[in-house]
Amino acid sequence: MSEITFAQALNRALRDALTADENVLVFGEDVGRLGGVFRITDGLTRDFGEERCFDTPLAEAGIAGFAVGLAMEGFRPVIEMQFDAFSYPAFEQVVSHIAKMRNRTQGRLPMPIVIRMPYAGGIGGVEHHCDSSEGYYAHTPGLQVVTPATPADAYSLLREAIDNPDPVVFMEPKVAYWSKADLELPVRTEPFGTAVVRREGTDVTLVTYGPQLATALKAAEVAAAEEDWSVEVVDLRTIVPFDDETVAASVRKTGRCVVLSEAAGFGGVGGEVAARIGERCFHSLAAPVLRVSGLDIPYPPPILEHTHLPGVDRILDTIARLQWDDQPDTTHLAGTSAGRVGA
Amino acid sequence: MTDVQDLLPCPEPVRFLDETGTAVQPSEQAAARGYAMPETEALVEVYNAMVLGRRFDAQATALTKQGRLAVYPSSRGQDACQVAPVLALREDDWFFPTYRDSMALITRRIDPVEALTLLRGSWHCGYDPQATRTAPQCTPLATQVPHAAGAAYGLRRRGTDALALCFIGDGGTSEGDFHEGLNFAAVYDAPAVFLVQNNKYAISVPLAKQTRAPALAYKGVGYGIRSEQVDGNDPAAVLAVTRAAYEHARAGHGPVLIEAHTYRMEAHTNADDATRYRTPDEVDEWTGRDPIVRLQAYLTAQGALTEAMVQEARERAEDFAADLRTRMSAEPEVDPMDLFEHVLAEPTPQLREQAEMVRDELRMTEATR
Repeated sequence: MSEITFAQALNRALRDALTADENVLVFGEDVGRLGGVFRITDGLTRDFGEERCFDTPLAEAGIAGFAVGLAMEGFRPVIEMQFDAFSYPAFEQVVSHIAKMRNRTQGRLPMPIVIRMPYAGGIGGVEHHCDSSEGYYAHTPGLQVVTPATPADAYSLLREAIDNPDPVVFMEPKVAYWSKADLELPVRTEPFGTAVVRREGTDVTLVTYGPQLATALKAAEVAAAEEDWSVEVVDLRTIVPFDDETVAASVRKTGRCVVLSEAAGFGGVGGEVAARIGERCFHSLAAPVLRVSGLDIPYPPPILEHTHLPGVDRILDTIARLQWDDQPDTTHLAGTSAGRVGA
Repeated sequence: MTDVQDLLPCPEPVRFLDETGTAVQPSEQAAARGYAMPETEALVEVYNAMVLGRRFDAQATALTKQGRLAVYPSSRGQDACQVAPVLALREDDWFFPTYRDSMALITRRIDPVEALTLLRGSWHCGYDPQATRTAPQCTPLATQVPHAAGAAYGLRRRGTDALALCFIGDGGTSEGDFHEGLNFAAVYDAPAVFLVQNNKYAISVPLAKQTRAPALAYKGVGYGIRSEQVDGNDPAAVLAVTRAAYEHARAGHGPVLIEAHTYRMEAHTNADDATRYRTPDEVDEWTGRDPIVRLQAYLTAQGALTEAMVQEARERAEDFAADLRTRMSAEPEVDPMDLFEHVLAEPTPQLREQAEMVRDELRMTEATR
């Protein structure tokens, strides 16, 4: 066992995948000599050669489209989008070709492509460096959307993504890059489509993923210490495929649920999760499923990002609204007759 | 450093046959590039394939009017571009067609019903891209260009001298993917040949509103790509120029961009009305440059094409069309449950649930029928 960071686990996963299959190619902007702006590809070009890990021209659509052609020739491209918001030029290639090619060709042209991207904020990044873009990809049939939150998952899920016969949008929470764990690599954790209970609890389920797992665990700790709430924390790990079973089992047990995501709330993954829980657990719920999310604003400048990011207080305030005393929650009544002043 | 002269296209489109089908002396620049009038056997093959292709195209247009196809973008008039570059390909080369290139698909010996699957609307791509080494027809503009660059680079990595041929239209050259794809192909010395069929209109928008470039072929020079322009209605020149480009790419000298000057004789699709944006005079002018008429005149004058051979080519084309008509007159067999196949190799639990729901819906519909 040794202490390994999330970033090192990703690097090791790429190394092991490059060793295991000569068809694996790693390419993107600055992934070669520099080792990537977050050093995830550190040393790969040196150790595997320019043929296996190479820098590309600065053109995201080109990178994604090039990967399509290489996949047609039997390669397994692992491409890097340097930052979440810089992946948008590639959106058409990802949505119209990478996601659809298997379907369009009746299974004859699968696209075993991994699109790695650092995402979300919390690291003081300036604009266009902190987007939570998982919702765009999760809404696209044909893509799998994976987001590890621990070093062990970083390794295992990336290996599984590269071995997967279909495209995976592999979203790496930047805020987790430097997190550490005592680990023996290689390690295999639960497969795609499996959510994991990271902390057991009995009063309320906090469902989250990626960049918010650490915040969720902190909130659960504070809730136990200060409010005597026993919070169960569920880490989705893979948004697509989604593990309804584990999530629903937890909510049926606790009877209350908060869905936590860093992305803007409206139209996002958090809403989908909340709806799925409502559909499955209605009779087990003592209160409506509530969401905690980032604000519905463009990602703020770094000095203000902590106003935007869900924190322990916002989570605890939301848990407090789960109708513990059987009284209706009036938060959303403003503007209705019941909520109007003097009504 | 690459000499820019090696990259620049000939100032005038390369031409071997004039509009009457009479052989003309290629320009000095074209001769310097080593383009040679193809042997008559190859041109007879091109002629036969063009006759077949045009009959197929007419049949597809007719099938659309009969409601057998959802839509059909004709390539009539572009027959030389549809046929000659494809005939010159090897089986192990990759081909990247667009939605307008159905004629090229049958030239690639893809079954015509499978070629028309997209436009018939019974699936997206009806043929096997791996078996035919032909990508699905690309409907988004220019997105196939980086695919071709990637596949060509992949071929190079595999150590073969196979190449990727990529078709694109004039409008597509304005898209970002055109530039990114060309640039990638150049940077990685990918054996890719990009052939722009400049048919003068992107639906209704004329070339003058698309670009200020002196010719689209010049767009390759900025990427360090050898570039050429050719009379796209001269089958001999199209064949000669594409053959030279293939040789260049196979020899490891990198990609080539070819602009073929041609004309779309029909509207964009059956749903379009071309009289709103172009004059009958213009169309007449291009009727006089018909690639089949030109090649037939040339080959006849050479004594390489007899009346009997012409008749035979037409009969083969009629048989082909009749067979296509018969096969297309049957309703396509579709199974709604196929919608759930091939989304992912391993369907998500959510997709399985939806499949069950649809299976039940279909059972109910069946029961109440």
